[in-house]
Amino acid sequence: MKVVIDRELCQGHGRCFSIAPSIFDFDELGNGVVIGDGSLDENTVEMARLAQANCPEHAIFIEE
Amino acid sequence: MTDKPRVQDFATDWDHTDEQWVADPYPIWEELRQRCPVAHTERYEGGWFPVTHEGVCAVARDTVNFSSRSVVVGNGRPTEEDLPAPIGLAPPITSDPPFHQIARRLILPAFAPGPINALEPMIRSLCVELLDQVDGQQIVNGGTQYAQYISPGVIRQMLGFPPEDIEKFLEIVHIVLEGVDHPYEDRVIEFLPIEEYFTKQIEDHLANPRDDLTSYLLGVEFEGATLPPEVVAGMMILVLVAGIDTTWSAIGSSLWHLASHPSDLERLVNEPEIMGLAVEEFLRFYAPVTMARLVKEDMDYLGCPMKQDDWVLLGFPAANRDPAAFKDADQFIIDRAENRHVAFGLGIHRCAGSNLARLELRVAIEEFIKRFPRFELADPQAVTWAAGQVRGPRNLPIKILP
Repeated sequence: MKVVIDRELCQGHGRCFSIAPSIFDFDELGNGVVIGDGSLDENTVEMARLAQANCPEHAIFIEE
Repeated sequence: MTDKPRVQDFATDWDHTDEQWVADPYPIWEELRQRCPVAHTERYEGGWFPVTHEGVCAVARDTVNFSSRSVVVGNGRPTEEDLPAPIGLAPPITSDPPFHQIARRLILPAFAPGPINALEPMIRSLCVELLDQVDGQQIVNGGTQYAQYISPGVIRQMLGFPPEDIEKFLEIVHIVLEGVDHPYEDRVIEFLPIEEYFTKQIEDHLANPRDDLTSYLLGVEFEGATLPPEVVAGMMILVLVAGIDTTWSAIGSSLWHLASHPSDLERLVNEPEIMGLAVEEFLRFYAPVTMARLVKEDMDYLGCPMKQDDWVLLGFPAANRDPAAFKDADQFIIDRAENRHVAFGLGIHRCAGSNLARLELRVAIEEFIKRFPRFELADPQAVTWAAGQVRGPRNLPIKILP
């Protein structure tokens, strides 16, 4: 499983990197970025899903 | 307030400055949501008010059909002579694409988490100083002695303006946000001292550049040239206006909630680890900011016959209470984990200062409950709420308990 952020949709609300700082970081504009290749395991998938559920722009996608 | 007629029916004659709305808008929105998801008014020369999460989000994201030339509902409309289109008065909040993106790109780095998080010690010491001044009082005014001074202090330091100008800041914010129903010609005159003040600050910073936001904006380059001073002045107006009574209102509403919900206060004192979740729930439940758009051309939208230059009041606070979007929307749940609130708006105009606002809100509440772990409203009837598009308590007497 893998998490991605749609850079067109992201508006920099900052919810993802606050909720799951081990999965997401921010760029120089404050927009969310995925750390590394975004691979998720059973320990991280729940945090990624929580970030997804809190993104006001629906910009986070989890690929099965 | 002026002596305009009281609202009898908010579905056909809404007015966000009506006494009933100012005192408690939530039941009004709840009723509208059930019988009329987009309310209309002939006031302010015509406007609409979508009350559902879906309607608010649709308008917020639609920059094709709606303009941000003016974002504060008032009488009259800005003309092309009043505003340098497409820049607007206070870029990027009053800008439309494509200029919006340019202005936003220039301003966002200064408000990204990196530089903003570095302000935490300054914000904390500001809060501690304010608390030192009221320590020992039985009644502390959470509005006029605490919340009101935090964001002006922070913004003043960020812009690099003189400390003695705090009262002037509050006056400027009052002029801009609480005179919404003054005639447009009066507004132009009211803005003159503000323009004069910013021009003076810009001249001083051009002569003596320093490490602050004003010098950053004056120095930032776009296509090889610095920004014209009037664009910088517009951005400074935005920072000052959008950064002060908004956050002050969020801090005030959060204190009001804790003062009237002892079990939530006790939990927050005993479980500081839920503060992050609590901040988001404060923002959802008491979202302070309502924005506005202007309809670009006559059209049917959300089932309504909208006319060019009609207002659309963008009720983010109403969207945040829509049961179609939030489970138990009318319940404040201090550790709500799934919370896709829209307190900072949506789309390209997402509040540029949201990282700063969250930081101020968190630190202000942390320091207040550390100093005063037990408190309640001294007199619930004495609490007053701001009228207009920014909602929060102004007079907030709090009784400190042993």
